[in-house]
Amino acid sequence: MGFLGYILISTGLVFFLGTTIGLLRFPDFYTRMHAAGKGDTLSTVMILLGCICLVSMSWLLALKILLIINFIFIGSPTATHAMMDAGNKAGATPWRKDSK
Amino acid sequence: MNTFITAAGVALIGLMLLVLIRAIKGPTVIDRLVAINVIGTKSIVLLLFAGILFGQLEMFVDIALGYGLLNYIVSIAASRYYQHRKSLEPEHSPGGSPVS
Repeated sequence: MGFLGYILISTGLVFFLGTTIGLLRFPDFYTRMHAAGKGDTLSTVMILLGCICLVSMSWLLALKILLIINFIFIGSPTATHAMMDAGNKAGATPWRKDSK
Repeated sequence: MNTFITAAGVALIGLMLLVLIRAIKGPTVIDRLVAINVIGTKSIVLLLFAGILFGQLEMFVDIALGYGLLNYIVSIAASRYYQHRKSLEPEHSPGGSPVS
């Protein structure tokens, strides 16, 4: 069980590294949003599941962490969608291959 | 286990500082908003790590849950604001035409 926790936390950190690189190097608001929305949600869920596997805790505490995971799994894509819609309505121009 | 959690937390803080670069120099407001959302989501994980290291996970899980709810509300409210303004420029800009 502890071995699974180490693997999950390490994989979550790798996914968050991908999120960071995408957020720093992508050329456009929409592509940055793509990197941030997916990698952030998945890495957070994996690290929290790893915490459950790694630490011996009571059932109520594990249930609370599962509640956080459930909330993030629903709420983070919703927030990403709202921000994407706000950028689209506010007139952020998408990046094209021949622009600069 | 504590050494691994400490190393993972330090790596997480380093990656969050890299995300903060995007929040500081982001070209538009929405870029900063995305970066702050990522940092807030990762703060939940960091709070859980702190709870494991201090041995008081019962308290820190509740703080993390509240922080997650607050972060979600901030993202939704700010994106709704920019959705209604239909411009990413500051308020005192001449013309107020939607420019990316």
